[in-house]
Amino acid sequence: MERLLKIDRRIIFVFVAAAVTIPLLIKFDLPVIATKEVRGIYDKIDSLSEGSHVLIAFDYDPASKEELQPMAIALLHHCFKNNIKVIGMTLNPGGTGLADSAITEVGNEYGRKYKEDYVFLGYKTGVELVMINMGENIYSAFPKDFKGNATTDMPALKDVQSLQDFDFVVDLASGSSIEAWIAFGKEKYNFDLGAGCTAVIGPDMYPFLQSKQIEGLMSGLKGAAEYETLINRKSSAVAGMSPQSVVHVLVVFFVIFGNTLYFMTRRKK
Amino acid sequence: MDKKTDVSILTWILVAFCVINIFFLVTGKLGFDAKGLGIITAVALTLAMYSFLYKDNPVFKIAENLFVGVAMGYWIIITWFNILKPDVFEQLIVPFFKDTGNAPQYIVIIPTLLGIFMLLRFSDKLSWLSRWSFAFVVGLGAGITIPNFIHAFILKQLTFDSLIAGSLPDSINNFLILLGVVSVLIYFFFSLEHKGVIGGVSRIGVWFLMIAFGASFGFTVMARMSLLIGRIQFLIRDWLGIIQ
Repeated sequence: MERLLKIDRRIIFVFVAAAVTIPLLIKFDLPVIATKEVRGIYDKIDSLSEGSHVLIAFDYDPASKEELQPMAIALLHHCFKNNIKVIGMTLNPGGTGLADSAITEVGNEYGRKYKEDYVFLGYKTGVELVMINMGENIYSAFPKDFKGNATTDMPALKDVQSLQDFDFVVDLASGSSIEAWIAFGKEKYNFDLGAGCTAVIGPDMYPFLQSKQIEGLMSGLKGAAEYETLINRKSSAVAGMSPQSVVHVLVVFFVIFGNTLYFMTRRKK
Repeated sequence: MDKKTDVSILTWILVAFCVINIFFLVTGKLGFDAKGLGIITAVALTLAMYSFLYKDNPVFKIAENLFVGVAMGYWIIITWFNILKPDVFEQLIVPFFKDTGNAPQYIVIIPTLLGIFMLLRFSDKLSWLSRWSFAFVVGLGAGITIPNFIHAFILKQLTFDSLIAGSLPDSINNFLILLGVVSVLIYFFFSLEHKGVIGGVSRIGVWFLMIAFGASFGFTVMARMSLLIGRIQFLIRDWLGIIQ
């Protein structure tokens, strides 16, 4: 029993790797049911009329790509499918490449034109100050887009002067930017806000759902999988749910196994 | 395991990695272009990072340092093209030396100087100037943050919904939130001895805290596993081509 408690951690790593790889190879589907939190964002975007403006803040970098990029892609598919104008931006310098590739690839898939149907404003430093600046005048915060085009006469930004003019704002965050968007954006300039975040910060966001400071919440890969199910376009997030379920069962088993052994050896002593 | 075994394991993995990639390049499964070579580089770096699970090793160290260097280089380029060039260089310096039709924006000198002062912390003689920048940042930050945070995170959170909601589960939820907030606050109230009713309620608060920590840990496990799933999906889909 003592030997089992001192098991080489690498054996556990092998079990975890197998629990992730085998379900991906065998490919079995588990039902993914959309929760009320994710449905909040879906319903809001679905309720928008053609030509509405949605601002997506890609506030994450490659370290959180696996969780947030599928979310961003699913969201972009929904917007472009509904002929909604998408305005992208980021407050994280590491997020520019991911945001640009996601917005361009999905836009091209639906035949949408840059500057007319969508635009990527790029990165600005300052987080709270950028939000306040955008709340006063978006062209002052972003006089040029990521590609260096002047934003003032851009058709995609027609009728948009400040944050208040967006029909919906979604922040995809790997850090504390959702709180900043709530405090310096939504509460100050009064617009509808949705949030997507890594699973690590997911629990911290629930109080804002309860107080209706955010319309909906996508949390981690599961949130992305739920959104993919809602738009009926199952991709990498849904595919990741089978290994996720198997590995969770394995972790629960290890927790029970470790605790049982611990209490048994303690009683013996 | 001894060093000799570790070196032989590393050599065999490198040989296998090279053989697989040469095979993929020769058979055309991976193109000899930016995409194909990009995938091979990403696979090599992914495997190098995960090699730490076996034990700390030079391959992991190389990949780790490369990541820090590349990330820093990328940040500098993005900051130059998105901030320094359009907001400082083109607003202040270019119109100063060239007729662009726009007058130089002299107001930009102030934030630029404050930014340069921050970097003077590295100088023994001039580091005192960085205090001006920090004073500005702290003053501005506090002035902007305090009222907005109090409004968004305290006053808004205090808004009380009716305990009786539309459905029974929602009503139970509202009651649990109220009980959780009150019991946890009482647990952290140390002016009264935790005995009798106060002790009982604070014990409920401890249970709420434990459940919250458990939920946070569960979400963290989910997040870390999602990252692993994403990397393995990349390896067996984009590199090996086993799944679609």
